[in-house]
Amino acid sequence: MARFTRRKFLKASGAGLAGILASHQAPVFAQQSTVHWIKWNDFVPASDELLRKTMLPEAMKALGIKINLETVNGNDLQPRVTSAIQSGSGPDVFMLFNNHPHIYSASSVDVSDVAEAVAKAQGGYYNVAKANTMDGKKVLSVPWAVIGAMIAYRKSWFEEVGFSEFPETWEQYHDAGKKLKAKGRPLGQTLGHTFGDAPTFSYPYLWSWGGKEVDEKGKVVLDSKETLESMKFMQSFWKDAFDEGGLAWDDTNNNRAFLSGTIAATLNGASIYIESLRKPDQYKTEKGAPMKDDIRHSPLPRGPKGQFGFHLFQSHMVMRYSKNQKAAKEFLGWIHTPANYEKWFVSQKGYSTPPTAQWEKHKMWDEDPVMAPFKIAGRLGLSPGYAGPPNRKSAEVLTKYIITDMYAKGVQGMAPQEAVKWAAGEVSQIYSGS
Amino acid sequence: MEASKPAPFQFVSRGPISRALEREGTLAFWLLAPTLLILTVFIAYPFVLGVWLSLSNSTVGEPGHFIGLANFYKIFADSIFRTAAYNTFVYTAITTVFKLALGLWLALLLNRHFRGKSWVRAFILLPFIIPTVLSTLAWKWMFDPTFSVFNWLFWKLHIINSRINWLGDPDLAMGSIMIVNVWRGVPFYAISLLAGLQTINPDLHEAAAIDGANRFQRFWYVTWPLLLPVTMVVVLFSVIQTFADFQLVYVLTGGGPANATHLFATYAYQIGIGTGLLSEGAAISLAMFPALLLVVVFQLWYIRKVENR
Repeated sequence: MARFTRRKFLKASGAGLAGILASHQAPVFAQQSTVHWIKWNDFVPASDELLRKTMLPEAMKALGIKINLETVNGNDLQPRVTSAIQSGSGPDVFMLFNNHPHIYSASSVDVSDVAEAVAKAQGGYYNVAKANTMDGKKVLSVPWAVIGAMIAYRKSWFEEVGFSEFPETWEQYHDAGKKLKAKGRPLGQTLGHTFGDAPTFSYPYLWSWGGKEVDEKGKVVLDSKETLESMKFMQSFWKDAFDEGGLAWDDTNNNRAFLSGTIAATLNGASIYIESLRKPDQYKTEKGAPMKDDIRHSPLPRGPKGQFGFHLFQSHMVMRYSKNQKAAKEFLGWIHTPANYEKWFVSQKGYSTPPTAQWEKHKMWDEDPVMAPFKIAGRLGLSPGYAGPPNRKSAEVLTKYIITDMYAKGVQGMAPQEAVKWAAGEVSQIYSGS
Repeated sequence: MEASKPAPFQFVSRGPISRALEREGTLAFWLLAPTLLILTVFIAYPFVLGVWLSLSNSTVGEPGHFIGLANFYKIFADSIFRTAAYNTFVYTAITTVFKLALGLWLALLLNRHFRGKSWVRAFILLPFIIPTVLSTLAWKWMFDPTFSVFNWLFWKLHIINSRINWLGDPDLAMGSIMIVNVWRGVPFYAISLLAGLQTINPDLHEAAAIDGANRFQRFWYVTWPLLLPVTMVVVLFSVIQTFADFQLVYVLTGGGPANATHLFATYAYQIGIGTGLLSEGAAISLAMFPALLLVVVFQLWYIRKVENR
């Protein structure tokens, strides 16, 4: 083995340093832009592997830049972005959830050039993508994907209680759930403090009854007849049909409960089904058949005022403190070209729905009929703060879990009027602040 | 070998620095300087910054400007903050009583002679040594709504016939986090109090026994008064830590269900980091300060009083 002595080191570094000092210029390799990209740990690990092994090396070659991909737990993105902004250094490209781009708007670079090109070429963004990433002045982040939240349910169990088709209304779902719970197979739903499954249920549930946090002009209208109706219905619905442990669930509990056969249905991303596909020998029905063949997906049932959805939405923000803004934008432009984005999208097998309409026609959706309902997730989805204009107030209501907690208080026995009044008070306070 | 002669003593002319350092005051200053620097950088600066933040309308990425006490008015009008404040006091008070009682009991037991004493003492420390997040995750599994090992055990023993909703019921959730806090905190009390017990001269017990004092009297009139200063210090540290507890609640419940388990620290985190309202988060954190200051002042005063007796 060649020995690298202290003498050699001094000689080499001395000569190098002298060269740099003489030419007043750092060596060329140090000038190559490095883009640090941070995103969540994908629930479909194959996609992160695809990025690391194939796509990013291609991007680096094509753009002549270096890209560092860092993946973290979804719940850790907010602490990371906050500390990065406050210290003025950190990743150049941040993945953000839902309407969070509005919280960090002052620290974002306008990416309208990238987003407009994508929208033009790919059939235009869905409303949910626009609401979450555009504030009327600039495009805060580039829409990336919608993680469709659908009810995963056990087909055979619903058939056993007389539902050959999945219930279409809340009343029917209540009826089915009551019968299922009587057989020890309740519905499962979290009403805990967790970023994904709790709000993706509580918001669309509220909307489907006609309840809203604010109206179109941003006036707080939560304390309404409609909200109260939704709450009254929820109280008996919860008691009759749901696993009452759900008040303490996080985003993973329902996956485990479903796969272990203790619940009949739960609102989730496609991760339950994808996991059952991955391990058909491990997850079986009570009859010993692979569970994957007994799982189907459905949107949330319809309420008196229609059918709604709220799906985890992801976008990428280029940070204002970044010294590589140009390279970061080029990279986002590169990865969103149809040919490149398609590779990633296909690897998701339907777990992610693209933010533009054109992808609904993609042949991937025909491969597995069980995943087909996710195709239109972006179309049905709204963003928190509906029907008001998108802003950081709605993001505050979301991160304080006020809508979820309103229902949690109700099912814990608080009088419906009182729970609604409490939530309306909190929402008013947030919207009245500066 | 010939012993070398000692060199003749010479007066060396000293530089201004050496001369300055000969003055006691200057030397003291320079010896204290590193500590002072560390305290300034890591304690005073963040504290002052925290105070400034709480008086501004700063949010993530926007420095904000001075707005007086508006943040404090806002949080005191916020029902979730009031819940968190109430929870923090209840949580600290109840767990401290249990930790002290169980810790003292354990310390008295460990102070006796028995086989394998040192092993037991080492094992007692385990809950304290394991990183809190790890042990709390294990507890989270034990309290799991679907797969709780406690529920399984009680069910097998025919104590219950329906699941106990450990972390889903507001009161039980609070109880559960208290149990974990007590479990984690008792070793600290036990070992510190054990150290205190060992400084008590056995002759005193002997003398009391000869005078006819029974076990309880010996504890009450000999052990307890001598152990009190140590106990107060241990309680002081523990109260401060419990009051500002974060990890345990964050991992177990995230402050849920419906804010039933939010403490100052978890709520400050949710508002400051989660929502990006740095100034309001700082105000919530600072709301802890007066209460903690009172506790510290009272206890330090008490310790001084006991010591001067």
